[in-house]
Amino acid sequence: MAQQKTDGLIAPTRRAVLKGVAATGLATAMPGHLYGATDEPIRVGFQVHRTGIGASYGRWYDRTTTAAARVINEAGGINGRPLEIIAEDDGTDPKRGAEVLEKFANQHNCDIAYGTLFSHVVIGSAPRAAELKLPYFVVSEGHHVASGMLNRYTLQPGITDVKSQVQAMAPFVAANLGKKVTMIYPDFAFGHNHRDFFGDAIEKEGGQVVAKIAIPPTETSFTRYFPQIPRETEVIYHVMVGPAVLTFVKEMGEFFGPSSPEIFGFIDSLEAVDLATPGLEFLDGSFFWEGHPRYAQPDQTEYDKFYREQVGVDENGASVDDPRDVSTYSHMFACWETLHVIKDGMEAAGYKGPQDRAALIEAVEAMTDMPESRAHPQGPKIFNGKTHQVFGVQYISQVNGGRLDVKHVTSIEDGLYPDEVDYTTQPL
Amino acid sequence: MSRAVGLHLGVIAALLALQFVLPAYHHGVLARVMVMAVFAMGYNVMFGYTGLLSLGHAMFFAAGMYGMGLAMKQWDVPLVPAFLLGIAAAFLLALVVGVLALRTAGVAFMIVTLMFSQSLFLAILHFGAITRGDEGFALARSLRQVAGLDLAAPATRYFAAWGLFSVVLLGTLALVRSRRGRVLVAIRENEERTRMLGYDVWRHKLMAVVVSGTICGAAGAAYGVLFGYVGASFSQVPYSIFPLLWVLLGGAGTVIGPFVGTLFMFYLIDLSSGLTDAYMLVVGVALVLLTLFLPRGLMGSLRDRGMKWLP
Repeated sequence: MAQQKTDGLIAPTRRAVLKGVAATGLATAMPGHLYGATDEPIRVGFQVHRTGIGASYGRWYDRTTTAAARVINEAGGINGRPLEIIAEDDGTDPKRGAEVLEKFANQHNCDIAYGTLFSHVVIGSAPRAAELKLPYFVVSEGHHVASGMLNRYTLQPGITDVKSQVQAMAPFVAANLGKKVTMIYPDFAFGHNHRDFFGDAIEKEGGQVVAKIAIPPTETSFTRYFPQIPRETEVIYHVMVGPAVLTFVKEMGEFFGPSSPEIFGFIDSLEAVDLATPGLEFLDGSFFWEGHPRYAQPDQTEYDKFYREQVGVDENGASVDDPRDVSTYSHMFACWETLHVIKDGMEAAGYKGPQDRAALIEAVEAMTDMPESRAHPQGPKIFNGKTHQVFGVQYISQVNGGRLDVKHVTSIEDGLYPDEVDYTTQPL
Repeated sequence: MSRAVGLHLGVIAALLALQFVLPAYHHGVLARVMVMAVFAMGYNVMFGYTGLLSLGHAMFFAAGMYGMGLAMKQWDVPLVPAFLLGIAAAFLLALVVGVLALRTAGVAFMIVTLMFSQSLFLAILHFGAITRGDEGFALARSLRQVAGLDLAAPATRYFAAWGLFSVVLLGTLALVRSRRGRVLVAIRENEERTRMLGYDVWRHKLMAVVVSGTICGAAGAAYGVLFGYVGASFSQVPYSIFPLLWVLLGGAGTVIGPFVGTLFMFYLIDLSSGLTDAYMLVVGVALVLLTLFLPRGLMGSLRDRGMKWLP
C-alpha cells in the first residue's frame, strides 16, 4: 500500500485507502481464505499406504490429512501460503517408499515429506530423506526415531512411540489388573517391541511376565498356544494384529469360557474393526490401550469435537457417511497434529523455500510444550528436540457393551524415558 | 566384434552417457533399476536359459543383503569385505538350496524353492534381536564410504550401480555364449536328450542355481549399500515374483531382456500411479495384453521378428 510520511507519522493517501478498501472487500468476498503476497503453495509430499498391508490405515490417514490441510488453509495457510498435499502411494513397501521420497524431492519439488505409518517403510525411506536433505515427518509410533537408528532429517512430532506407550501402561496394569502377566504377541518386530518394553516396565512396578508366547505371523489358528498360558496368570496381554485377530479372540473365548484372567490389549489389534463384530463378545469387560478414544466420551473436549467433525467421524468412531467404515482413531490424529507442527515450525523458521529446510528442522527441534488445543486434539504433548520424538498422554479404555469407555488417562511423565540419541549433534 | 557384443557394449555406453544428462529424479531411478536388473539377470540364468522356474529367488537377494548388512552392523566389517561376505552368503545358500531342491523337478521344484524362501523370511523374523525382524535396519551414511567415495552421493551411487550392472551383463553374455551356457540351453530345450548326449545335467543345473543365486545376492548386497536399508520385505514372496515378471516382460532367455523388463515395469507403475489410484489395475491390464500379444517378452519378440542374432 502506498504511504506518505508526514511529521514522523505514517499516513496513507486517499487513493491508497480506496485501493485498500477495494482489496479488502474483494478478499472478504473470496471463499475461505486470503493468502499472502506469494500464493506459491507449500508442497507437502504425503507418503500414503493406499495399497498393501497398510491400506486400511492409509485410507484414514488420507482423510485426516485432507481435513487438516483444509482447516489450515481456511485459517490462512502457512506464512500466508496455501498448503498443497501431493499424495503418492508407497504400496506399504520400503523400496517403493524410498522411490516416492525421490519423486517428492526431485519431481514434485515438495518442500517436505510426511505421513508414513509402517515402520519398515519409514526405515527404508529415511536414509534417502537425509541424502536428499528433505525433512521427513513420520507418523509411525515406531521406536526407530527415538532409538537413534535414523537421522536428523527424520522427525516424529505427532505421535508417541511404542516404547513410551507400553511403558505408560505398566502402572495401571500392575495396580488394577494383576502382577503376573502372560504376553501373547506376533513373532515379529512389533510384537518383540511389546515383549521387551513391557517386560522391563512391569518389573519396575513389582510385577513379572510369567510367560511369553510368540505366535508366527503365518498362523491362522491359535488353539494350540492357549494351553501354554500358566495357571498363575492374572493378566493376559495381547497385541495380535492382522486378519487372524478375530479368530484369535474367538478361540481365546472358547478356551477360557466365562472364567478368564483379566485381559489387556492394544487397540492396534482392532483398529478399523467394529467392536460389535460377531466373535468379539468375549472382549467385553477387557481393557485396551487407545491412542485417542474412538468413542466420544461424556467429557469430550471441544478440540476432539472439532477434530471429529472436520475429519468426518461420528461419535462411535466411524465415518459419518458409512457407520460400517470404522476409523483408525488411535493413530490418525497424528496426521492432523503433525501437519499443525509443520505449520508452526515453518512459521517459526520464516520458511520460504527448500533453502530453509535446515531452519525448519531447527525450529521444530526447538519446540517443547504442545498444549491441548484444536491443533493437538488428542491431548497435551512435550516434544524432545534431541530425540525428535514427542511424548503425550495415553488412554486406557474398557470394552462395555460393544463400545470403549475411558477408565484411565496416563500422565505424560508415565511415558518418558532417558534419551537414547541426540540428533542435534548431527550436521544438517 | 559381433553385433551381439556391440549391442550390449552400446547399452553400457548409453547408460554411462545418461549419467551426465538425466534429470535428478530419473538419474536416481536408473541407478535403482540397474541394481534390480542385476537381480533379474541372475534370475534369467536359471529360468530363461536353464528352464528352472524358481518361486523363491527373494531368498538369494535377501541373503546378499543381510550377509552384507549384518557384517557391517553387527561386526563392524568394512564395506568391501562386507559386500563380498554378502555375495558369499548368497553363494553358500544357493549351493545348499541347489543340492536339495534339484532332487525335485517341475511344480515340486517351484514349491520347494518357495518353501526355502519362506523359511528364510521366517528365520529373519524369528531372530529379530539380530536382524531387527520385519522392520529391518538402516545403514548409516558414514558406513557407506569406500576409499573416500560416498556411495550415498548420486553420481557415485550411479557409477557403482552401473559398474555392477556392466560386469553382470557382460558376464551373463559370456556365460550364455560359452560351451557351458549352450548346455544350459540344451537342458532347457530337452533335458533327456542332453543327458543322453553325455552331459552331466545335474551338475550343470547346480551350476545354474549357484551362478543365479550369487548374482542375485550381489544385487541384494548392492541395494543395501547404495540405498542404506536392509529389510525382511525383500525376502517375501513378492520379491520372488518380481524378477519372474521382469524377465517375462523383457524376454526370458535374452541377455538384455531382464533390464528392459525391469525398466518397463518401473515406469509402468510410476507413470500409471500418477494418473489413477487404480494403477495396479492398469499394470495388470498392461501385463495381460503384453502376455497375449508378445508372449516371448519385448526382446524375445524382437528376436522372433528379425533380430535372430540376439543372445
